[in-house]
Amino acid sequence: MKKIECIIRPTKLDEVNSALSEYGIQGMTVTQVMGCGLQKGRREVYRGTTYDIHLLPKIKIEIVAPDKCVDDIIKIIRDNARSGEIGDGKIFVYPIENAIRIRTGEQGETAI
Amino acid sequence: MKKKIIALPLLLMAGLMPCSLLLAAEETAVSEIIASIDTVWVLIAAFLVFFMQAGFAMVEAGFTRAKNAGNIIMKNLMDFSAGSLVYWMIGFAIMFGTDRAGLFGTTGFMVTDSFEHLELSIPIWAFLIFQTVFAATAATIVSGAMAERTKFTSYLIYSIIITAIIYPVVGHWIWGGGWLTEKGMIDFAGSTVVHSVGGWAALIGAYLLGPRIGKYNKDGKPNAIPGHNITLGALGVFILWFGWFGFNPGSTLSGADPDIALIAVTTNLAAAAGAFATMIISWIKYKKPDVSLTLNGALAGLVAITAGCASVSATGAVIIGLGAGVVVVFSVEIIDKALKIDDPVGAISVHGVCGAYGTAAVGLLAVDGGLFYGGGSSLLVTQLTGIASVFVWTSLTAFILFNVIKATIGLRVNSEEEVIGLDIGEHGMEAYSGFAMKIPVV
Repeated sequence: MKKIECIIRPTKLDEVNSALSEYGIQGMTVTQVMGCGLQKGRREVYRGTTYDIHLLPKIKIEIVAPDKCVDDIIKIIRDNARSGEIGDGKIFVYPIENAIRIRTGEQGETAI
Repeated sequence: MKKKIIALPLLLMAGLMPCSLLLAAEETAVSEIIASIDTVWVLIAAFLVFFMQAGFAMVEAGFTRAKNAGNIIMKNLMDFSAGSLVYWMIGFAIMFGTDRAGLFGTTGFMVTDSFEHLELSIPIWAFLIFQTVFAATAATIVSGAMAERTKFTSYLIYSIIITAIIYPVVGHWIWGGGWLTEKGMIDFAGSTVVHSVGGWAALIGAYLLGPRIGKYNKDGKPNAIPGHNITLGALGVFILWFGWFGFNPGSTLSGADPDIALIAVTTNLAAAAGAFATMIISWIKYKKPDVSLTLNGALAGLVAITAGCASVSATGAVIIGLGAGVVVVFSVEIIDKALKIDDPVGAISVHGVCGAYGTAAVGLLAVDGGLFYGGGSSLLVTQLTGIASVFVWTSLTAFILFNVIKATIGLRVNSEEEVIGLDIGEHGMEAYSGFAMKIPVV
């Protein structure tokens, strides 16, 4: 099992979500995050004084999936979250030791 | 003895003469005191109606998304600020200047006239400030319907034109001695003059603007875009309710008029009935009493009673309020789902539709002349004539105005800016600076 963590633009969440749902991924965790990368921040002016915002709002999605699905999921995320501009985000893949369903106690791939 | 007999009548006459002078002096003093009471009352009422600007700002901010809050504030601030200036310069003269053909006024620009023809018991400046806050109310109604996607410059231009021309012409027809005044149309505090004008302009503006990104799916089904702070919205509604106690009773233009008490009661009962009715309807329709709709229901009742607040009984006010509470629920749904016009705060339904409904209701429930009181249908016909003609004038002028703006500088912000929020796009700042998680996923 692997955990796929992606940081994407907030506007792309709906599309990524629907596409993953269609593929068969039902469960995911979505967090609102702030971050920075190659995409620089923003200039703002407050009562005559200019200041820089360095962190931009993004969405983080975490999915735990069987090994055989990982490549497909990465492709789906890239296809739907990509705009071509700097700031599209990143995908990270982590190994997962175990997964347990709280309600039933199932473990392993049947739990995800 | 003879001297006393002559002296007494002489003394009496000498005593009576200053007495009659005293009586005359007393009458003048009383009428001066009444004029003072009138002036103070009109001013207090004007200050209450001014406070309604805060009400509108909070309702609109609360019912829309956080990323646009600063822009909402700016529009409301300018509706009043630019509006005050423009109304003083131009609007007031068109509304109350010497009448031309029953259509508009032509004298007194920058209030440089005496306006004697108005026969006011109060100073012209008290009347001006009272009318200014009313004009500003009409303008700011549109801000809610066009929220979250309108270019600020475009909105500013619209706001100036409606306060300078569109609104004052209607005001002249119904309050300024124009053709509808002549016909005996009853719109005491402005269900049509203020609220319908705002409502119809909002209808045209929102229609020409198009819906917010994400409001409608490809198949036309509407999505909910929840307001970010219903408590702010509620604060706004309570402030508006409070301000309406200046809006309606103040329109007597006289604090010595005992009617101000009854008007305060009709106003309150209609608001309460409106809120109550909407709560019940939304409870039945949607299985749970809806908070934001019920808040709109109170406003619907207030808008509806504004025309007849001085003409109907307390019972009549309750009936009007209940009706408004029902009408607003269905109107919001029809505009959202059938007409597919995106109105984030329900301004078109609350102000346009309920303004028209309330004005028409006077034709039925006016104690003096209403259809239900044996007064026949002539008042009702007059009311409907007024409603229809104001609808035509406002829709037409708004249509032309918004189309001209659309064709020249554009009406709507681009999609990138709409997504990131108008606070950043139009004003380079954030109303909620430091709140990291305020961008919703739409």
